[in-house]
Amino acid sequence: MSDILTVLEQREGVVKRVSHEALAAARALADELGCEVHALVIGPPDTDVTGLGQYGADKVMTSLDEELTLYQASRYAQIAADQAMGGAYTTVILGATSLGKDLGPRIAARLGCPLTSDVTSISGVDGIVVTRPVFAGKAIYRLKITGSPSVITVRPNAVAPVAASNAGVVEEVSASDDVKPAVARTLEVRAPDNAALDVAEAAIVVAGGRGLKEAEHFKLVEGLAQALGGAVGASRAVVDAGWRPHSEQVGQTGKTVSPNLYIALGISGAIQHLAGMRTAKVIVAINKDPDAPIFKVADYGIVGDVFEVVPRLTEAIVKAREG
Amino acid sequence: MKIAVCIKRVPDTETRIKIAADGKSIDESGVKFVLNPFDEYAVEEALKLKEQSNGEVVAICLGPEAAQETLRTALAMGVDRGILLKAERLPRDPLVVARALAAELEQGGYDLALFGKLAVDDYDQAVGTIVAELLALPSVSAVTRLEITDGHATAQREVEGAVELVEFSLPAVVTAEKGLNEPRYPALRGIMLAKKKPLDIKEVELDEGGIEVLELTLPPDRKSGRIVGEGAAAVPELVEALRNEAKVF
Ligand SMILES: Cc1cc2nc3c(=O)[nH]c(=O)nc-3n(C[C@H](O)[C@H](O)[C@H](O)COP(=O)(O)OP(=O)(O)OC[C@H]3O[C@@H](n4cnc5c(N)ncnc54)[C@H](O)[C@@H]3O)c2cc1C
Ligand SMILES: Nc1ncnc2c1ncn2[C@@H]1O[C@H](COP(=O)(O)O)[C@@H](O)[C@H]1O
Repeated sequence: MSDILTVLEQREGVVKRVSHEALAAARALADELGCEVHALVIGPPDTDVTGLGQYGADKVMTSLDEELTLYQASRYAQIAADQAMGGAYTTVILGATSLGKDLGPRIAARLGCPLTSDVTSISGVDGIVVTRPVFAGKAIYRLKITGSPSVITVRPNAVAPVAASNAGVVEEVSASDDVKPAVARTLEVRAPDNAALDVAEAAIVVAGGRGLKEAEHFKLVEGLAQALGGAVGASRAVVDAGWRPHSEQVGQTGKTVSPNLYIALGISGAIQHLAGMRTAKVIVAINKDPDAPIFKVADYGIVGDVFEVVPRLTEAIVKAREG
Repeated sequence: MKIAVCIKRVPDTETRIKIAADGKSIDESGVKFVLNPFDEYAVEEALKLKEQSNGEVVAICLGPEAAQETLRTALAMGVDRGILLKAERLPRDPLVVARALAAELEQGGYDLALFGKLAVDDYDQAVGTIVAELLALPSVSAVTRLEITDGHATAQREVEGAVELVEFSLPAVVTAEKGLNEPRYPALRGIMLAKKKPLDIKEVELDEGGIEVLELTLPPDRKSGRIVGEGAAAVPELVEALRNEAKVF
């Protein structure tokens, strides 16, 4: 019986939460198919791979090297594809992050197999069937993967990490005989000065729109995000105005997010914006226009001026979290 | 430089999706189709590079007869000629789409192939990168900055909370992220000129690949929420609800 390969992602030697989620998705599928979950960790020599059994891995394979500290696309793809080649795995699962969305297609191309991106659930009861949003969440596909092997990327926050007690034995995998040099070389990764939590990964997102009137006033959004331990998001209108970086844009041409809590401040709720955030578990909207479309998707709304409401809200949340 | 830009015909982002009678696809009646927004960045970048170094920009689209319009949009922006790889239906498997595009690109002798980061309909974010691998070319995806001098390139790509700097040499594949540039609007003159530019049509045969659509559905409606109140006075009730009802903190 072929097993499931999960390719894990590390940043500075620490395996990311999204990889624990990918392991959880793999574990559930493996239990249905009656097979094992193998985890492959590619990264620097000091990567911490202990405890992955507790997230569902039966076996952990490592390919650790100084040269692999940063994401080197072609090297990573070669290592992962070498493992997956030859029929040992029915499917390869990755987190649908920037790395996963670059590496997944490379593995699929090398294996010559189908790829489904950004899936929100996987089932193995009747072959491998996945669900995944399309049109930025305006519709949902249920797809049967008829090709084998296959590559699947799992959307962050869609599957909760599990507590398991699998063996998680660690085994080093040797690089293939002909290590090809990276054809495109990642030279460095620059973190911005105020290394912010990424909007696509955060469990709480506080987003601001044109209702904030000026770039300066985003201090209000940042303040509330900080009080909640969340990330800042933005509508396209304020990104295009140059108030916020593109990386914060939420929506059909920005990021699709599904946090536990999404707070929209001075955002009207255009169809392209809603597409990107409507799968949030709880949506709160604060807008002075009672007819703003954002209220149609909000679980809780306050009709009011952000300049009046947000400072009070931030204060109340700080208090509530302290108490 | 000879540059290819792969472009896709997609429903306008304003579209309210309706499901077709087969329960597996969208009802296209009344849907306006446009050039995929991310491909506009790819086209713009190709045109900018051509302005610097001369050469030719060719737009390639795999799609139905009607995708000629999408190619005309690119021609109106300034692309020199278009190639329609005609297929009435596109399969769900990105590998099949990538194979068809790679086969065309392979014949063209391009220095650079530009793609959008993703198509706003299928949301795969895969085709450009798969094509690069099939052609064994260096590639960088989701690029927000690109510099090319004498066949050597550096690109910047945004990742969660950081920016990666990647260097590579041409020929190569790059996929364009929002922020790379500001796409131009086709001017009237461009639209007139586009009508006379060459547009080749080639029939292609596509197989189904390894993904079968079982069902396409609309997401469950969010149950309508409630307005907890007006102005700052509503704050305590909101915090109470978030804490005890929604239990989000
Ligand atoms: C191809 C394409 C792709 C797009 N992709 C995206 C995308 O990915 N993401 C996205 O967000 N948009 C996208 N858009 C743009 C989208 O159509 C809207 O223009 C945009 O979302 C509007 O941003 P906004 O809500 O900040 O601004 P507005 O629509 O101007 O809304 C501002 C809101 O603030 C409220 N307000 C004003 N003052 C206050 C105050 N003092 N207190 C409280 N409320 C106040 C107003 O009532 C209003 O509802 C796209 C558009 C196109 C054509
Ligand atoms: N049918 C197609 N014809 C031409 N280019 C395409 C097609 N499908 C996808 N692409 C290109 O690949 C990019 C990514 O698409 P996708 O992987 O489908 O999200 C798009 O932005 C286009 O540049």
